[in-house]
Amino acid sequence: MTPLAVSIAGVVASLALLVVVLELIRSRRLRERYALLWLATGVVLTVLSAWRDGLNTIAGWVGIRSYPPAVLFAVGIVFILAVLLHYSTVISRLSDQNVLLAQRLALLESELEEERLSS
Amino acid sequence: MPAYNEAANVGRVVDELRAFDPSIDVVVVDDGSPDDTATVARAHGARVLRLPFNLGIGGAVQTGFRFAYEHDYDVAVRVDGDGQHDPAQLDVVLAPVLAGEADIAVGSRFAGAPGDGYRSSRSRRIGIRLLAWVVSRIVGRRVTDTTSGFQALNRKGIALFAQDYPHDYPEVEATVMTYRHRLRAVEVPVSMRERSGGRSSITALRSVYYMTKVLLAIFVGLFRRDVVPEEASQ
Repeated sequence: MTPLAVSIAGVVASLALLVVVLELIRSRRLRERYALLWLATGVVLTVLSAWRDGLNTIAGWVGIRSYPPAVLFAVGIVFILAVLLHYSTVISRLSDQNVLLAQRLALLESELEEERLSS
Repeated sequence: MPAYNEAANVGRVVDELRAFDPSIDVVVVDDGSPDDTATVARAHGARVLRLPFNLGIGGAVQTGFRFAYEHDYDVAVRVDGDGQHDPAQLDVVLAPVLAGEADIAVGSRFAGAPGDGYRSSRSRRIGIRLLAWVVSRIVGRRVTDTTSGFQALNRKGIALFAQDYPHDYPEVEATVMTYRHRLRAVEVPVSMRERSGGRSSITALRSVYYMTKVLLAIFVGLFRRDVVPEEASQ
């Protein structure tokens, strides 16, 4: 059985995550697009922490008998991996776009230069 | 006019706009299309702003508003590049703005007589209905078409959107934004046409994702404090 203190600590921590994420969106430091995964993390962890029977059941499914809260760690790690992977794709896209921008700028600059010389 | 992969439609839409009134300046924002959208639009006499990569509809539309703002236009109309918006109805959308009755006028498919020709998939209709309900509750007036991109704006509207425009599926958030900035907005009934070629950029699965994001954006947006009415931004 999940100790009550673990449940309470889990709920408090995940609610704190949710509040921080929502505040970041509100103050425009985080775009909704990148916040959805974080919000999903917060919601799932809150539910799992609060719903103690559910946590025990899920722990049973995956064969964890001695310490059900280990499921919280596992779920948390899965979400963190998902967020990181998401960031990797975002960074890849950004660096592609950055290359493109630099190339466009170089082309524009040379065009401007030519114009200046010919006039 | 934002356009992504609309080489099949954009020429005709530009022609129609110029036929409606030859004195208007048609600006096409090519949102990084791999096809000939930019070339076709240019060949039909439009000024083309070509984005180096796809910014998504919000970024493309805002590029147009930035252009209008920096070139000191008093009135701008946004028309979609897919031919859904009938240029013959430009004066309907423009009328409230030109008359000084509104800062922004939006052409609505659903404001007029029911069943006047616009059809779409069932899931999309439900989505549109739900958004309309939520937005209407927030802004305190009946908004029937929250996703319409057929809109006319005066200098005040142009200034606001040039400065700040939402990202994807932007019209819904933009409606709430105009309300929070105390712009006078009206809906006018228009009829829209079926897309005549190409494909809509919104698929069924994506609309669920967008829906979640848009609702999140609206609700979080409601708690922002930086919503002073901006008279001086001209």
